[in-house]
Amino acid sequence: MTPGCLIATFLVIGIIFVPFGLFCLQTSNHVAEINRRYDVECVPNAYRGNKQAYIKDSAISKNCTLEVKVLDHMRAPIYVYYELENFYQNHRRYVKSRSDKQLRFGAKYTGESCSPVQWDHNGFPIVPCGLIAWSLFNDTYDFTQGSKEIKVNRKNISWKSDREHKFGKNVFPSNFQNGSFIGGGKLDPTVPLSEQEDLIVWMRPSALPKFRKLYGVIEEDLEVDETINILIRNNYNTYTFGGKKSIVLSTASWLGGKNDFLGYAYIVTGSMSIFMSILFALIHVKYPRPQGDTNRLSWNRKNSNN
Amino acid sequence: MPATADTDERPLVELAAVAATRTPTAASSSPQAPFPAAPFPGLATPGFSRAVRCNAPSSFPADGGGAGQQAAEYPGNAISTTKYTAASFVPKSLFEQFRRAANCFFLVVACVSFSPLAPYRAVSVMLPLVVVVSAAMVKEAVEDWRRKQQDVEVNNRKVEVYDGTQSFHETEWKKLQVGDIVKVKKDEFFPADLLFLSSSYDDGICYVETMNLDGETNLKRKQALEVTMGLNDEHLFHSFKAFIQCEDPNEKLYSFLGTLHYNEQQYPLSPQQILLRDSKLRNTGYIYGIVIFTGHDTKVMQNAMEPPSKRSSVERRMDKVIYLLFVILFVIATFGSIVFGMKTKHEISPGNYAWYLRPDQANIFFDPNRASFAAFCHFLTSLMLYTCLVPISLYISIEIVKVLQSTFINQDQNMYCAESDKPARARTSNLNEELGQVHTILSDKTGTLTCNSMEFLKCSINGVAYGNGPTEVETSYGEIAETTGNYGHKDATESKRVVKGFNFTDGRLMDGRWVKECSRDAVEMFFRVLAVCHTAIPVADRNSAGMPYEAESPDEAALVTAAREFGFEFYNRTQATISVHEYDPDSGGKLDRTYKLLNTLEFSSARKRMSVIVRTEEGRLFLFCKGADSVIFERLSKDSGKACLTKTKCHIDEYSEEGLRTLVLAYRELTEEQYSLWNQEYQAAKNSVHNDHDEAVEKASEDIEKDLVLLGATAVEDRLQNGVPECIHKLAQAGIKIWILTGDKLETAVNIGYSCNLLRKEMEEIFITLDNSSKSASEGCSEEGNRMAPYEEIDRKLQDARRAIFMKGASTSFALIIDGNALTHALTGTLNKSFLDLAVNCASVLCCRVSPKQKALVTRLVKIRTSKTTLAIGDGANDVGMLQEADIGVGISGAEGMQAVMASDFAIAQFRFLERLLLVHGHWCYRRIAAMICYFFFKNITFGFTLFWFEAHAMFSAQPAYNDWFISFYNVAFTSLPVIALGVFDKDVSSRVCLEVPSLHQDGVNNVFFSWSRILSWMLNGMCCSIIIYFGSLNTVLVQAVRQDGRVAGFDILGVTMYTCVVWTVNCQLALYISYFTWIQHFVIWGSILIWYAFLVIYGLFPPAVSTTAYHVFLEACASSPLYWLSTLMIVVTALIPFFVYKISRTLYYPQYHDQVQRTNSKNW
Repeated sequence: MTPGCLIATFLVIGIIFVPFGLFCLQTSNHVAEINRRYDVECVPNAYRGNKQAYIKDSAISKNCTLEVKVLDHMRAPIYVYYELENFYQNHRRYVKSRSDKQLRFGAKYTGESCSPVQWDHNGFPIVPCGLIAWSLFNDTYDFTQGSKEIKVNRKNISWKSDREHKFGKNVFPSNFQNGSFIGGGKLDPTVPLSEQEDLIVWMRPSALPKFRKLYGVIEEDLEVDETINILIRNNYNTYTFGGKKSIVLSTASWLGGKNDFLGYAYIVTGSMSIFMSILFALIHVKYPRPQGDTNRLSWNRKNSNN
Repeated sequence: MPATADTDERPLVELAAVAATRTPTAASSSPQAPFPAAPFPGLATPGFSRAVRCNAPSSFPADGGGAGQQAAEYPGNAISTTKYTAASFVPKSLFEQFRRAANCFFLVVACVSFSPLAPYRAVSVMLPLVVVVSAAMVKEAVEDWRRKQQDVEVNNRKVEVYDGTQSFHETEWKKLQVGDIVKVKKDEFFPADLLFLSSSYDDGICYVETMNLDGETNLKRKQALEVTMGLNDEHLFHSFKAFIQCEDPNEKLYSFLGTLHYNEQQYPLSPQQILLRDSKLRNTGYIYGIVIFTGHDTKVMQNAMEPPSKRSSVERRMDKVIYLLFVILFVIATFGSIVFGMKTKHEISPGNYAWYLRPDQANIFFDPNRASFAAFCHFLTSLMLYTCLVPISLYISIEIVKVLQSTFINQDQNMYCAESDKPARARTSNLNEELGQVHTILSDKTGTLTCNSMEFLKCSINGVAYGNGPTEVETSYGEIAETTGNYGHKDATESKRVVKGFNFTDGRLMDGRWVKECSRDAVEMFFRVLAVCHTAIPVADRNSAGMPYEAESPDEAALVTAAREFGFEFYNRTQATISVHEYDPDSGGKLDRTYKLLNTLEFSSARKRMSVIVRTEEGRLFLFCKGADSVIFERLSKDSGKACLTKTKCHIDEYSEEGLRTLVLAYRELTEEQYSLWNQEYQAAKNSVHNDHDEAVEKASEDIEKDLVLLGATAVEDRLQNGVPECIHKLAQAGIKIWILTGDKLETAVNIGYSCNLLRKEMEEIFITLDNSSKSASEGCSEEGNRMAPYEEIDRKLQDARRAIFMKGASTSFALIIDGNALTHALTGTLNKSFLDLAVNCASVLCCRVSPKQKALVTRLVKIRTSKTTLAIGDGANDVGMLQEADIGVGISGAEGMQAVMASDFAIAQFRFLERLLLVHGHWCYRRIAAMICYFFFKNITFGFTLFWFEAHAMFSAQPAYNDWFISFYNVAFTSLPVIALGVFDKDVSSRVCLEVPSLHQDGVNNVFFSWSRILSWMLNGMCCSIIIYFGSLNTVLVQAVRQDGRVAGFDILGVTMYTCVVWTVNCQLALYISYFTWIQHFVIWGSILIWYAFLVIYGLFPPAVSTTAYHVFLEACASSPLYWLSTLMIVVTALIPFFVYKISRTLYYPQYHDQVQRTNSKNW
């Protein structure tokens, strides 16, 4: 490979990558996102010192209203996510604790794979079994704008393949959350699993302890400076393990949600390439090396030292 | 016939019994050979139990002593050299496979993976192991099948066997049984070890060629017992009954003890009557023999030995790297376990109570209350998780690659010798890359550098030198130092020659003109000695001009041929006579003279001479002797002419300087009394059966070989093979040190050194000799030196030489010449260090007068002390030790039998092919294997560490980042073929460039491509790639939506993204690395990436129970997400840039030699 060819290669990489990175960055910037942490805010002042007492006490109302201002125009569809932090959905014990067969074909496939949540205290199989289902997220959100209720579409938020092939149409929840120690949300025993989209979304384990999951879709635009109220039922206990909860409203571009990393990465790689090409060009101009200079051979250098 | 068998059998046994007890024979009285008192095999003495009944009817079950029992007792003649049988194949080959540490580790992992400890499904661990192990087993099976085919071929060879009904019929070898009588015809192999009964010659002799046994091409004469030599007709065997008792099967080729019971008499048997399996009947019409040892009992099979297995230095270092990987594996597993233990303990602490994990109900693997035990279990789990750091398919890939490389070597047209129709052959595929690292070549001379076809060139008779043909040394002296060889003039001289082995031109001796010479009697005697004193055999068929001879060595053949050309044509040999057509000076015609051969005192390397004692037709007794100058001169009579002696010595020195092999001829006339006195002594010595038998014979021989009369000396030239000087020149340019180890004398060796370009005029020669007998020849051997003990003398000489080298510095190149005596001392004690220090500072080393054992010792010394790769090359049985000792043994598949080839790792037809074997194939193979192994480590580190980074973000719970089957198929499917293509096809420069720029070889010698720094930088590169891939994927794909429909990426999509990046990165990295693209490389590299996508689609279509997280993940989620594709592009390019920049800046600004050569030659690629 000649120096010219090399410089050109780097230059070409740079010339493609930098504009492309800028384009990605711009796309990302056009995505409007509202991100609001609420797990602390929603705890009444009296319980701030002992949040666990608050969350465990069923007598206390868990309702909580947030006021959120729309900073950018958000065009429908607007995706509503809940975001958890410090929640290890990728822990091996957690990931393993499920039964795909039971989810698809029903209670007779209940087995040890769901340990430790497979049988209730009467020895009946729990459907759906396993830690993942048992710890189902159960905060709910209602959106109002002034007095007008903003409709949130909670259908069609899961992957189609999950609904159709992983969760059975004839499998209904049974004996779920009827033990002494209740984990997360409860399920309507009359609705088959394939239609329990909250569960389906929850049961795709996240990759990292910080993750978002789709809650629903707002199918109307939100204008700039509008104030929307979010009524949260703050049921889910993240206080015992120091987790965080946020609600996220985001539009999506062709690249998905708001993330500047890809754009920056392209720009950095591209500009590094350009830098390299300039560097090599400078070296080449300043110290042109004659080809076939045998004095540079490793052993020749060694010998001359001797 | 069966009717009479009943009566025949019993008397025979009884007879034998009676005979054994009644008449103790000479043999039975000897202490070494205690004969059994009872002839029954069961009661025989240990070590001497074999009883062979000959001509026993085959279908006779009743008697208990018949052939039925014999057949049951001794194995059949079928042989099997296979490693496995159908039944033992599976267990035995499995055992072989799991003797490898890596495979054993994987087996343990696979077993543990069935326990709940496993981070993924057991079957996905088992499958790659099964694939790899079964591939290796298939390879074993195929190899064994080939051996089996060979066995079948041998077992089904045909031989004529006596069927008990007065006739011989053909049968297969495998059907032979002990006691059968067989008839073997000319040029057939003996099917088993036979007792020689009779031959087509009336005097019961036959000639055999034992090339397959000891590699010697000369014919050996066997002599049947007198009582059986008459049995040379088929009908005579009808009434023939015999019983043989002999030693048990053993591996000694040259000894045999036994007794033949025949006609109520006992006859001792010796090796003279034994014809060994795999030797060949020559010059004899047919022979009859009794089968004594069959199949695996035969001496040749008893001798069969597994050659020492050799491993290349690259592989030895590779093992170390694998250990390093094990260490890394243990370190990260330990680290992970400790963190996991702490985190698990922490789970139940207030403020951190991860209720969703139910730590209150956790099983023992996650129990926060017993965190240390959980951590221990986690350690095992991590070992399983990170097994992919240790490349499971590395061994099998390397084996596949090496086999393919060997095929390239075997198929190379440029190493094919048309004259002998022999291609180069890689007999083992283990050492291909070692060829590229050769630092020292230890070469035999005769037959390796030279053709081993001797030509009689000059002679000195009675102090007068004859012969004026030009020697090769004279013609090539200094001329070939330039690079291009000139074959033309050599061909010209060859076309002039008409008689093979004779290149003598001197009008004074040819065509009978020698009678006019003043010392006519001496000349006549000289020729007579040439014609009589030898062990050659005339070959019967006369289609060439003269009588061709089969001789023990080519030298001898040349001498006998010379005698024939001078008019003394040896034409017949019987056991007791030698017949010669002699030129009659009086009549000018031919005169047939027959010499009665009384004794032959044979040649041995210790004696360095041979003699015959003959009685002429006139009744005069002569001892004719020929031998090395040093031994003959000692034995000359005191009153022989001093003038003649000095002149002859002078001539011998001249001849040696010209690179000729010299022999001195002498004779002695004996009186009847002298002879008969001596003969008694000699026979006694010969018949003694004590341990000192050989010594006694030698001592007796000494007694008669004295007071000799000097006749003169012969000079025989051993021509250099084609292209040897050029090849040596190239190899020297490549920086390879060449040592020549030869049995020749110093002067000859030095001159061959000059003619083959090993010694050059500008070199300074250092002689280390200990040759007290010829003080004049060796310089620097002063008087006080002689008085010192040899050890100190050598020590002093070595010191002096080293000082001389130190003084002169690097400006002069030195050549060290050392002789066998000096070497004996130089190899002992502390001297070997200073000897080697001296030798490595010399450009060329010549060891002359070395024995086969010393050859092996020198080789070992060089190998161990320099710890560099040594290559030994040789062609004869005397080189076997050296070939097996060296890192690589190369056999010349030339004239001197197959022994060296059988012991070698590579076989080539001519020395000059070594150049291509080392500089082209060695260079390529070394580079390929080194690159391949480095790349293997790179790709597994890249992959393994992405797993580690992910686990670190999953509370070190040993959750794999990828689907089970992604992990399993990584080494087997998505990255295996490109790396094999790299190992087989990659080349940095063409073969032409390799040969033009021999210094490229230094890369291999210095181990540039497999140095620790290179291995570690590849590993570091892998680490960088894994970081870029992991954090790149993480930050692009998480945490926001990855698609326009707002879906977010979970564990599954992140896994697919990362995995895609890994597959792309490692394959593109390979594409960046390799320097030689054909469609195959493109096909496998881009094909592997495509296979990944295809796999992803197909696997995703399996039901969710099988594919779990990979279900529809590509079709539904990834393929339609631009983010997935864009992040792949970004991550792969970013991951490749560090290596790319490194490589480019290195080749451009700190190029290594191969980079330069590659660049300058890329234009005319």
